[in-house]
Amino acid sequence: MISKESVAHVADLARLSFTEQELQEFTGQLDEILGMVAQLDEVDTTGVPATTQSIALNNVMRPDEATAPMSPDALMQNVPTHKGTLIQVPAIIDKEED
Amino acid sequence: MNFETTIGLEVHVELKTHSKMFSPAPVSYGAEPNTQTNVIDWGFPGVLPSINKGAYSYGLMVALALHADITRQTHFDRKNYFYPDNPKAYQITQNEQPLATNGWIEVETDNGKKRIGIAELHIEEDAGKNQHDPDGYSYVDLNRQGTPLIEIVSKPDIETPEEAYQYLEQLRQIVQFTGASDVKMEEGSMRVDTNLSVRPYGQADFGTKTEIKNLNSFNHVRDGLAYEQKRQIQTLMAGGIIQQETRRWDVDKKETILMRVKEGADDYRYFPEPDLPPVTVDDAWIQEVQAALPENPAQRRARYVNEWGIPAYDAGVLTLTLEMANFFEETVAGGADPKLASNWLMGEVSGYLNAEHLELKDTKLTPAHLSKMIQLIEDGTISSKIAKKVFQQIIANDTDPEEWVRAKGMVQESDPAVLTPIITAILDANQQSIDDFHNGKDRAVGFLVGQIMKQTHGQANPKVVNQILMSEIKKR
Amino acid sequence: MDFFKHDLAAIHTQLVNGDLRTSDLVRDTLAGIHATDADLAAFISVNDDAVAAAEAQDAAGIKADAPLAGIPIGIKDNIVTKGLTTTAASKMLANFTPIFDATVVEKLHAAGAITVGKLNMDEFAMGSSTENSAFHPTKNAWDHSRVPGGSSGGSAAAVAAGEIPVALGSDTGGSIRQPAAFNGIVGMKPTYGRVSRWGLIAFASSLDVIGTLTRTVRDSATVLNVIAGHDDRDATSATEPVPDFTAKIGDSIKGMRIALPEEYLGEGVDPKVTERIQAAATQLRALGATVETVSLPHTKYAVPSYYIIASSEASSNLQRFDGIRYGFRAKDVKNLDDVYVRSRSEGFGPEVKRRIMLGTFSLSAGFYDAYFKKAAQVRTLIAQDFAKVFADYDLVMGPTTPTPAFKLGERVSDPVTMYMNDILTIAVNLAGLPAISVPAGFVDGLPVGLQLIGPQFAEPTIYQAAAAFEAANDYVAQIPGGAR
Ligand SMILES: [Mg+2]
Ligand SMILES: [Zn+2]
Repeated sequence: MISKESVAHVADLARLSFTEQELQEFTGQLDEILGMVAQLDEVDTTGVPATTQSIALNNVMRPDEATAPMSPDALMQNVPTHKGTLIQVPAIIDKEED
Repeated sequence: MNFETTIGLEVHVELKTHSKMFSPAPVSYGAEPNTQTNVIDWGFPGVLPSINKGAYSYGLMVALALHADITRQTHFDRKNYFYPDNPKAYQITQNEQPLATNGWIEVETDNGKKRIGIAELHIEEDAGKNQHDPDGYSYVDLNRQGTPLIEIVSKPDIETPEEAYQYLEQLRQIVQFTGASDVKMEEGSMRVDTNLSVRPYGQADFGTKTEIKNLNSFNHVRDGLAYEQKRQIQTLMAGGIIQQETRRWDVDKKETILMRVKEGADDYRYFPEPDLPPVTVDDAWIQEVQAALPENPAQRRARYVNEWGIPAYDAGVLTLTLEMANFFEETVAGGADPKLASNWLMGEVSGYLNAEHLELKDTKLTPAHLSKMIQLIEDGTISSKIAKKVFQQIIANDTDPEEWVRAKGMVQESDPAVLTPIITAILDANQQSIDDFHNGKDRAVGFLVGQIMKQTHGQANPKVVNQILMSEIKKR
Repeated sequence: MDFFKHDLAAIHTQLVNGDLRTSDLVRDTLAGIHATDADLAAFISVNDDAVAAAEAQDAAGIKADAPLAGIPIGIKDNIVTKGLTTTAASKMLANFTPIFDATVVEKLHAAGAITVGKLNMDEFAMGSSTENSAFHPTKNAWDHSRVPGGSSGGSAAAVAAGEIPVALGSDTGGSIRQPAAFNGIVGMKPTYGRVSRWGLIAFASSLDVIGTLTRTVRDSATVLNVIAGHDDRDATSATEPVPDFTAKIGDSIKGMRIALPEEYLGEGVDPKVTERIQAAATQLRALGATVETVSLPHTKYAVPSYYIIASSEASSNLQRFDGIRYGFRAKDVKNLDDVYVRSRSEGFGPEVKRRIMLGTFSLSAGFYDAYFKKAAQVRTLIAQDFAKVFADYDLVMGPTTPTPAFKLGERVSDPVTMYMNDILTIAVNLAGLPAISVPAGFVDGLPVGLQLIGPQFAEPTIYQAAAAFEAANDYVAQIPGGAR
């Protein structure tokens, strides 16, 4: 049984927020879905490789050649708020990622 | 109580490709914001990545230069996290099967040579840049987004801040000589993340480590780690505990300052990138990269010493940067004597660069011009004194030294057919000096040379003048 | 133009002969959409600029070797169209204007086809009823009280109701075949990688395929001829040569070996649907094929495996919708976290959030091996099941859906039952196979589909069998009562 706290943690990772009632509802539904998924436990997958691609392709690469960049005006067209050619966001509180 | 220290270094190196890791947008620095991007860099709905083979080859090159084992069967993974400079909210990287593992770098320590292991090298894409403006907003520029990076992760073999410094210095040199990256911290093409922990001698488990950020030069890395080492030991000695945290090096205060405490491990939800088929590195590809791998700094030093008779110390200085080493070799290739070329580069050229705070590429000096100037000295066309003037000219202007000395009339007069009549005329006019010379008064010669130089506006080749004068004066 | 009476070849002949002008055809089509769609609601947006494109086509003339020149087409709204709002049926992208065309759109336009509008779907292609559209549900062309299926429900309903002759859809777990079956038309999901995904708004990258919804098998092959092929911009697109997909249409299926998996007529499949499929088997035998019962033992694990894999990939693919560079940004955001959390929470509908949650959970620390990895291993077994059968058979046949179209609103609050509806189509995506749904008659007045599945890149064989089956029946001539 998945806990409401775990669901809240997952929501946090996914940057989603739910009301208390929604959280309750989602917990129930997620639990039901995970119940269905639990069927997979019946399958013996010892030594079975994982499939993460649908067709057999390998070394699909392009040469290191640059094409012209796109016009910033076109790229900025859908930006909610911007200053010149910079995308504007509320102040970022320092938190570096790597 | 005595403590031992363990330092970990994660170095990100930007690869010098024409296009980005997973998009064909150009890689270029210093452009106006968002002018070097395309829809892939922006993570637009519907876009897909494609692998830059040139970038992967550069990665292999660096891995080979660091003696690492190349992973033959690999794939890319997604590392998921939200941040404004990370447009897809995932970074395409290699998590499960890095490009290469088990490399090493040799450093000099007080106890002799020491090998520091490299756990892994993986290839990934760089993020864009966030900037924080005083208007209360932050701004995102995606020009850097997608630039190919190699991340080089050290094994826990580094035990002192000095070893960390040496490791970085060696790493920078080795990578730079492959030509895969400029590896310049000041330009951001090399970035260093560090962590450090201490533990009482004999304790099996590592102590709790802290991360130190904002280390923008190798000196800062050494100073920051030394401070952090001391802080942790003092904290433990005073009965305190070290918590897992990220600290920032304050350059002015010369101390590390707490940025944030880490609560649990980050959860990046890595999984294989479904948009990119796997990569297989076969023997042929490795051989191709191996063949293209330029000489490393040690190989070059050995060649300078053995083939050109350059002193070991000088060879070391000449190979500190790829730029200097290449400049030196091109100067020699242009026909200059290797020793003279080395002397000029280590003397006048370095002096000029230090005085002006410049790098070679910021000057107008070219290997061809330096080489020609050295040859003009060698063949007596110009004197060493004139050469100093010529040097000032060719380092500040794109001037051909030979044309310039001719145009300025700075060419030495070495032709006996021109000099002999001038010398005999001066002897004719100075019988007293000839008498003095024969009476053993040496300074008479000095006077006569002075007269000849005056007459030739200082352009007479002193060596040739001396020869003719002595033979003429002895006849009288 | 009556699209019930004229297939693409017939329209093409009229255009080439000059009996019909492209601009008139497009004006007529737009008028038909405006009339029919008020009730059917298959479109999210109609492209009134199509007339200008049609006039240009008239000026250029229709060439005899350009079978799609001047043909009006509808595009599922998760395929980006330059300058034409593309929403993926989400509030998140309600005002999003793409600045480039998907490869398929580029190819269709280069072939002279004219985009008349963008078709409704389940939000981000997540759903089987088109009820998850943020804008409005679409109705089943045969019964307006029923769902059109999904997620390409708008594409299927628009073609079935005669609004347009051709639509593009996308199929991640049955999203072309199931709505085609529910609406009594032909839905083709090609081999994974056969058609470029460049410009398809990703749901589950390793499963997504663009395909066609048409009234006839030949029309489907004609359109696939244009959109198939390798694309340098999609590293997962196949390098396999592209054959003429119409080449084997009309060929006899004598001697063709067809497998009918026992699991496809098992528990949960409506007996009346089973009856239609058995009738189809009898017909195919009569046409000279052998049909034999086989087993695909891992069939029942396809649904759970699919939901883990598709949701995991989706959770990552949909992270880019963060309110920063495009799309919905919540009002009055105070800080960066607000931009993320409020934009995503207000911009995504419940089904999308449900899948993001499931996917995020399946990939999170401590659960990856038990969920994502396990599902990916089961996926291997499912693909191996098919490989074993295809060692002895040319095609696999079965129903496309366990039941005909269900009522609007009937299952919307019951995700698990809704997911089980995809049981017969999902395994095909996990194995990357091509499959078609062709009309196989009616159950209680509602159409049902016959699914024909082939080995990778065996589309010509699928078309051959589907065309033979189509020719042996008169389902194409049947027109939904509610339309026109
Ligand atoms: Mg990394
Ligand atoms: Zn990194």
